[in-house]
Amino acid sequence: MEIRIKHAALAAALLFGASGAQAQLKIAYIDPLSGAFANVGEAGLKHFQAMAEEINAAGGVNGQKLEIVGYDNKVSPQEALNQLKRVIDDGIRFITQGNSSAVAGALIEAVNRHNERNPGKEVLYLNYAAVDPAFTNDKCSFWHFRFDANSDMKMEALTTWMAGNQKIKKVYLINQDYSFGQAVRKAAREMLSKKRPDIQIVGDDLHPLGKVSDFSPYVAKMKQAGADTVITGNWGQDMSLLIKAAKDAGLTADFYTYYAGGLGALPAMGESALGHVKQITEWHENVLPSSIEKWSQDFEKKYKTDFYYLRIRTAVQMFAEAAKRAKSNDPKAVGYALEGLRFETPTGEVEMRKQDHQLIQPLYLSTVQRMAAKGGPKEVKYDVEDTGFGFKTDAKLEASTSAQPTSCKMTRP
Amino acid sequence: MDFLLVQVLNSISYGLLLFMLASGLTIVFSLMGVLNFAHASFYMLGAYFAYQISRWIGFWPALVLAPLAVGALGMAVERFALRRAHKYGHVAELLFTFGLAYLIEEATHLIWGRSAVPYRVPPDLDGPLFSIMGTQYPMYRGFMMLVAVAMLVSIGLVLKKTRIGLVIQAALTHPETVEALGHDVPRVFMLVFGGGVALAGLAGVIGGNAFVTDPGMAAALGPIVFVIVVVGGMGSLGGAFIASLMIGFIQTFAVSLDWGLFGYNISQVAPVLPYLVMVLMLIVRPKGLMGTREG
Amino acid sequence: MKLSLRMGSSLVWVATAVLLTVAPWAFPGSFALTLLTQMGTLAIFALSYNMLLGQGGMLSFGHAVYSGLGAYATVHALNFLGKGAFPTPLPLLPLLGGAAGLAFGVLFGYVTTKRAGTTFAMISLGIGEMVYACVLMFPGFFGGEAGISTNRTVGQPLLGLNFGPALQVYYLVAAWCFACMLAMYALTRTPLGRIANAVRDNPERAEFIGYDTQKVRFLQLVLSAFFAGVSGALSCINFEIVGAENVSALRSGGVLLATFIGGIPFFFGPVLGAVIFILFVAALSGVTKAWLLYLGLFFCAMVLYAPGGVASLLLVQIGMIRAGKFGRLAFPYVTGAAACALALCGLIGIVESVYRLSDSTQGTRMALAGLQLDAARAGVWVGSSVLLVAGLLALRFATRFIGRRWDAVQTEIRAA
Repeated sequence: MEIRIKHAALAAALLFGASGAQAQLKIAYIDPLSGAFANVGEAGLKHFQAMAEEINAAGGVNGQKLEIVGYDNKVSPQEALNQLKRVIDDGIRFITQGNSSAVAGALIEAVNRHNERNPGKEVLYLNYAAVDPAFTNDKCSFWHFRFDANSDMKMEALTTWMAGNQKIKKVYLINQDYSFGQAVRKAAREMLSKKRPDIQIVGDDLHPLGKVSDFSPYVAKMKQAGADTVITGNWGQDMSLLIKAAKDAGLTADFYTYYAGGLGALPAMGESALGHVKQITEWHENVLPSSIEKWSQDFEKKYKTDFYYLRIRTAVQMFAEAAKRAKSNDPKAVGYALEGLRFETPTGEVEMRKQDHQLIQPLYLSTVQRMAAKGGPKEVKYDVEDTGFGFKTDAKLEASTSAQPTSCKMTRP
Repeated sequence: MDFLLVQVLNSISYGLLLFMLASGLTIVFSLMGVLNFAHASFYMLGAYFAYQISRWIGFWPALVLAPLAVGALGMAVERFALRRAHKYGHVAELLFTFGLAYLIEEATHLIWGRSAVPYRVPPDLDGPLFSIMGTQYPMYRGFMMLVAVAMLVSIGLVLKKTRIGLVIQAALTHPETVEALGHDVPRVFMLVFGGGVALAGLAGVIGGNAFVTDPGMAAALGPIVFVIVVVGGMGSLGGAFIASLMIGFIQTFAVSLDWGLFGYNISQVAPVLPYLVMVLMLIVRPKGLMGTREG
Repeated sequence: MKLSLRMGSSLVWVATAVLLTVAPWAFPGSFALTLLTQMGTLAIFALSYNMLLGQGGMLSFGHAVYSGLGAYATVHALNFLGKGAFPTPLPLLPLLGGAAGLAFGVLFGYVTTKRAGTTFAMISLGIGEMVYACVLMFPGFFGGEAGISTNRTVGQPLLGLNFGPALQVYYLVAAWCFACMLAMYALTRTPLGRIANAVRDNPERAEFIGYDTQKVRFLQLVLSAFFAGVSGALSCINFEIVGAENVSALRSGGVLLATFIGGIPFFFGPVLGAVIFILFVAALSGVTKAWLLYLGLFFCAMVLYAPGGVASLLLVQIGMIRAGKFGRLAFPYVTGAAACALALCGLIGIVESVYRLSDSTQGTRMALAGLQLDAARAGVWVGSSVLLVAGLLALRFATRFIGRRWDAVQTEIRAA
């Protein structure tokens, strides 16, 4: 069994291998690569692979070529810990992960324990999508760096923009009943009451994750309450079904979401989302003019997937920059160089905050519209997943808007 | 008032969709004693086949062809696999369908990918049926109810007016006697299994575009269907009908009511209430509401 | 002294103990070690599940409830230990997990054991879904789907062992595994165990001889829940995290699969099943993305062709070996194995090609058994199909060959 794994790894290395360098600098990508979420995991992997190619074309990191190795976490915290053991066995010192926050939490604890019990063999963890605020607050760790705005930060930006919109009077909250959904609703309530106490929260629902097929009862409640705005952290099936049910019932409210642009969401929602479903993200393909417009279209042609994660590009570039400044590929040195690092990205300057290892970056609020080629507004040049629908920016929210105070008390090695 | 009306209509349409799913399962279970764990997977296949056929030809042909395709697949499964497992007892059959559900899901991932597919309501059926005081009721829901009722009526006719229906009815309660009377029970089993999953496929054709067609749809609806069969009573179509509507109402209205229960809102637990009902029913009355057999 | 291969013989137990002790040296590496630890934990879980299914005739779809709740109790206790409350050595914590499992077994068992068969199965499914939903709804106690983390090195070291290193955890699990195996085997020899078998086979008759079937089933469930709780506690100690997945339908389904694959009618069957299952899920999944498909196919094939599990395939040879006629079967088995291998090569070729084509991250070239192949080329498909068809035909021939030889040998044995 052990031999077969090594054999397959050797064969894989022979396939990937021929970049010519000897000791390669590897980053282990621990995300779902099989099962229901494999497409999400694969999309992220492609982003990392593309960035590794770009870094290698420019000479690599401190003379070593960068290589991304995929490990399947099956969206299970305990399985991810198994994979972490394999990663450590394979001698890899850097890991990255994004799906889901449950897995991320397990990985942070495991990495902390491993680093404590094995000084000199530390592992650094680059988190690109797990947004539970705790990871940069009471669960913060020197070995963890987060490159996505956490869910409280996204809500901060969202509510700041909503505060300026006087048309919003009655807000309905609907979320998935687990830690992320509960965090979204808590933050929404707190922040709205501070910034616009006149806004009425006319409904607040939590539904079990992934178990509701028919959202029409919830939509009927929204209609009855007279909601003009809905805030939801729903993703995947829960998002698509909600939007479809809203369209069927003729609900005209605006939906403020985190993941309307997530993989598979727009193909499922289609016309139902047109004009009133919004998302808050660090980027979308119609943020134009942009220095990476051509690059992102080349990426899409080559890897057959939309360029969605600007933060992966930022993460890999900042990682390479930190290693360059530290003149070393050792995790501890890279970690010290990475915290506090300021970096220029296509959307503006970003900062990896030293206090809590949270990246502070600009965010965009955008709405689903038909693409320009199909009769929509001219700003919508590119569409998402060939659906004919794309996003149009409503507003750019500068980095400082979303920054949050932190309760992190980090112990540094 | 319009809120109440909309919720009632929602409950009925959801309940009827569940009935379409549960009816096939009830018939198969009553006749063959096999609780088909992969029943919801055939529902999913019906939706995917309908998506594919409506891309090649159109929705209306898909409405007929997809359930037939699913039924043919079901007959093949029964003939080549389930019949073997039958020798080893009910547990083996149950376990086989359990494994089959996994296999169908993986196969779906491979053929159609892991994301949702854009299986849409046909444009002529898309739009509001009527508007009451500002609330729309979609035409497609009305269509769903129509198909479900038509299906119920035709099943009833087949069972009561045709010969094969008579045999099935008899075998529902006395399978050994029917075999002793010389009917080709294995062939009846094959037809019934194929018919049962074809009904699930039909439910998939209708439900796949009303909701989302993605590989997770089997796991989302599957357990609820078991609840209905158990609550309605093993062996009773009428019981399944009542149980489907009951579950439809419970799930819809639990969401609408904002009652608190130990600090938790009932709407949070709404999708879990059916399981509670099932457990209570099994404790109090294991035969189910109108069941003629037990376990 | 005649060597006895009977279950209860001390030789089998000694061999097991030796195997458990020596395993980490045979399979070095921290990944292999964690696999072995998980196999030990799952073995206890599967054995406890077989107390219900194999010995009691009760098919349960919600057994993870007891192991999961036992795990939650353990993780909270471990966190309390970390804060200095009631010093207990770590190796005794599984008893606490077992006690929690037992308590929930009493709670849920009383209402669920009124009936057996499909009714019991459905109730267990319903309770499993409800507990899972509750775990997500009460994040205060259950930590939500992220779960609760802990550190197993807290508390006083026992004889210098603080159980930080994975090797110490492995031996802890191995010791508990051996103890639980002994205990569960002993239970099968008690009157309760025997009557549970009777209730499984013919409940009506068991009632006639004066036993209350509900009480028997209830006791069997409670004891089974105790051992499930022990396995949950060990899992908690190994992973240092307990989450909603510990009580999920996936976990319940997994133990069902593992037990069935191993062999329900035999005591050691579930242990074999645990080993095979972990290999599929944790090890095979690192080699190929199609592991879930392979597991499903393997399981379905077992249900249809070997419902007694892998154990039945192995143990049925014991009679042959004792009669000294195993040599006669060697050649037919070899042809069977060759046919299987042929069909398997064809199947793997097709499945891997399909998966490679559907996965766009790595292009269409792949490495199988040292050969470089391109999934987009027709040659791979044609070759694999030919291998598969040839293999299946050969298998048909081989099984008939084995069957004929088997019958012949049996006749010889009986004539002797």
